[in-house]
Amino acid sequence: MATTTLEPPAGAPAYQRFWVLDWLTTVDHKKIGILYIVNSFLFFFAAGILALVVRSELAVPGLQIVDQDTFNQAFTMHGTIMLFLFIIPALSGFANYIVPLQLGAPDMAFPRINALSFWLLPLGGGLIFSGYLFGGAAAEGWTGYAPLTQQGGVGTDLWIIGLLLVGTASILGAVNFITTVFKMRAPGMTLFRMPIFVWTVLVTAVLILLATPVLAAGLIALFIDRNYGGSFFDPSVGGNPILWQHIFWFFGHPEVYIVILPAMGVVSEVLPVFSRKPLFGYKAFVFATIAIGFLSWTVWAHHMFTTGAVFLPFFSFMTALIAIPTGIKMFNWLATLWRGKLMLTTAMLFALGFISMFLIGGISGVMLASPPIDFHVQDTYFVVAHLHYVFFGGSVFGVFAATYYWFPKMTGKKLNEPLGKVHFWIHFIGFNLAFFPMHQLGLSGMPRRVSDYSPDAGWTILNMVSTVGAFMIAVSILPFLVNVVATFINGEPAGDDPWEGNTLEWATTSPPPPYNFDRLPPIHSERPLFFLTHGHGHAAERPADLEEDEAEDVEHRKGLV
Amino acid sequence: MTARTMQAHPAGEEAAEAAIAHGASGMPTALVGMLLFIASEVMFFGGLFATYFSARAGVPAGAWHPPEPGHLDLPLAAVLTAVLVASSFTMQFGVWAIRRGDPGKLRLWTAITLGLGILFLAGQLYDYSQLGFSIADSSFGTVFYTLTGFHGAHVFGGVVGLTIVLARTTRGQFTARNHVAVEAVSMYWHFVDVVWIFVFSTIYLLR
Repeated sequence: MATTTLEPPAGAPAYQRFWVLDWLTTVDHKKIGILYIVNSFLFFFAAGILALVVRSELAVPGLQIVDQDTFNQAFTMHGTIMLFLFIIPALSGFANYIVPLQLGAPDMAFPRINALSFWLLPLGGGLIFSGYLFGGAAAEGWTGYAPLTQQGGVGTDLWIIGLLLVGTASILGAVNFITTVFKMRAPGMTLFRMPIFVWTVLVTAVLILLATPVLAAGLIALFIDRNYGGSFFDPSVGGNPILWQHIFWFFGHPEVYIVILPAMGVVSEVLPVFSRKPLFGYKAFVFATIAIGFLSWTVWAHHMFTTGAVFLPFFSFMTALIAIPTGIKMFNWLATLWRGKLMLTTAMLFALGFISMFLIGGISGVMLASPPIDFHVQDTYFVVAHLHYVFFGGSVFGVFAATYYWFPKMTGKKLNEPLGKVHFWIHFIGFNLAFFPMHQLGLSGMPRRVSDYSPDAGWTILNMVSTVGAFMIAVSILPFLVNVVATFINGEPAGDDPWEGNTLEWATTSPPPPYNFDRLPPIHSERPLFFLTHGHGHAAERPADLEEDEAEDVEHRKGLV
Repeated sequence: MTARTMQAHPAGEEAAEAAIAHGASGMPTALVGMLLFIASEVMFFGGLFATYFSARAGVPAGAWHPPEPGHLDLPLAAVLTAVLVASSFTMQFGVWAIRRGDPGKLRLWTAITLGLGILFLAGQLYDYSQLGFSIADSSFGTVFYTLTGFHGAHVFGGVVGLTIVLARTTRGQFTARNHVAVEAVSMYWHFVDVVWIFVFSTIYLLR
């Protein structure tokens, strides 16, 4: 009887907790990542319903569905929740799951702080939403401009406290990510062998670390104004409302890149895998990411051109300058696709959607960087169109690309591709129907954040088209949800590496064991797994070749001497 | 011979640990985290200082003073500054002591630092009770109480950290090689001290 039984079996946890308790107390970065993602999607659906309220009200002139105050609450909560509790945490969730795996690490640097960062999110989000229970949620817009914030009810205080908690979560998460990148890399994983996604998360974390505390200071000042008779922002007692705009946008513009950079990282992981080529210009991409992070500190006042309180040429020039590193990335992506063997999976479709939609948002961004145009369209639907093309067409497409791409790693099962493509196309067409007409609405003068407009303004048809598009986006979520549920129940097994990926997360099982890796492949490039599975092409024995070459070289030189 | 093997042993142990642990070389992970956290705190106080200078710039020249009869107590603030700066030195003496492997001295210096921290907080509360203006009186009152109040809250956070260090060193948990919590708390304490020097210079000296 020469059988050997392992007790407990290899790979199984040493003891089993009740699964609810297990998820509530987990400090495993993979489980925390999934908690982040699930939590973010719940807030996404809530904020999406609020968007439908807004679009329904605007479908035709007149007030049909909600009164003006409810409308204000709806667009305020829509913006706040989408940004702070969906896009940022969703991308943080993927970063939580994927970054340690891509670095070849067993976990994040501070697993318990990681759990704390997550649990602050539902708490903060719940507080922000709880305004609805206490006489109405915040209604000043997600930017919370003074002195409007002086007029809000208790919902505004809950908004402030909730955002402070969410901001604290972000800061702790940023500390964790940066420390993980600098202290937890596997042997051989040098900084310039890190996957692009890790690079974008690193730059994002630096932006979060330095920008979010400034918002926290502003929110605290606002809280003091509202509750203890302070005079920071309220002009009626000697405060300066423009100061709030400076503080908010000093955070808010880096925030824009906090939201887009990890999505760019996702696209830079997906495109090479489904083009069957390495990313074109790895180092150029890394330096472009760093440059965007750097420039993001110099452009905040382009949100404030019409205040008359900022130096227009400087902020206009710096804003236009950001188009250069962003353009570099565009060409990186296009050159990656060029003559690639394209595989149009759903993840790839969302990545291609990202590139095209983000391009439109980027171009309207350069238009807005020009003060003469900005003065004309300030606070109109043109700005709403621009920000949705970068946030939704950019970041949210990135979130879906990440979902389809990494779902097999997280669950061991592949999402259904035909259903995914149905999701993508309804989503893509609905998105453009909803937001492209807003450019024209803005140019013809329709202001944002109004609940009603005149039937004579000529805006009725475009508003109706936009509303139809918004409902198409909502409909597109149904095949996605069906897909996720059906895949959980009876999905196609994915295997360890369903996409023939490049990076280390595909070198372990799907889903990975709690400790992530039994053994790591040698890391000599930013695509260690590609070289492990495919060899170096014709140079499969390249290291040996190189040694021979070098040996010959040495002999040759000896001969010369 | 015996002395030699005993010396060699810790070095070998260290090398083995370095080979096992990820990133065991360089600065300890916890200190990297603390430094990053302090970086975010610098930006937080940067935001508060921005509100101070903005408020000050919005007030006509010469009007930037607490409303009568609420003069700031400069001598008391100067004494409290000396107390806090001294506590940074005593904290560092404690760090040096544990680096030499002397937990007794660490305990002594931590206790003194903790006492100075509590003295500072008590002095600040006394100052608040004596001042004749409130947070709602003027722009000056608002930024004064916000800046000094948030600094005080950070001192309180440091006092909590020092209490933990004191409790742990009393239980003999720190050695020359294992005392990262002491280093982290001391970093934070120095940071709080430096912030106070800026707060003091801005509010009391830059009249």
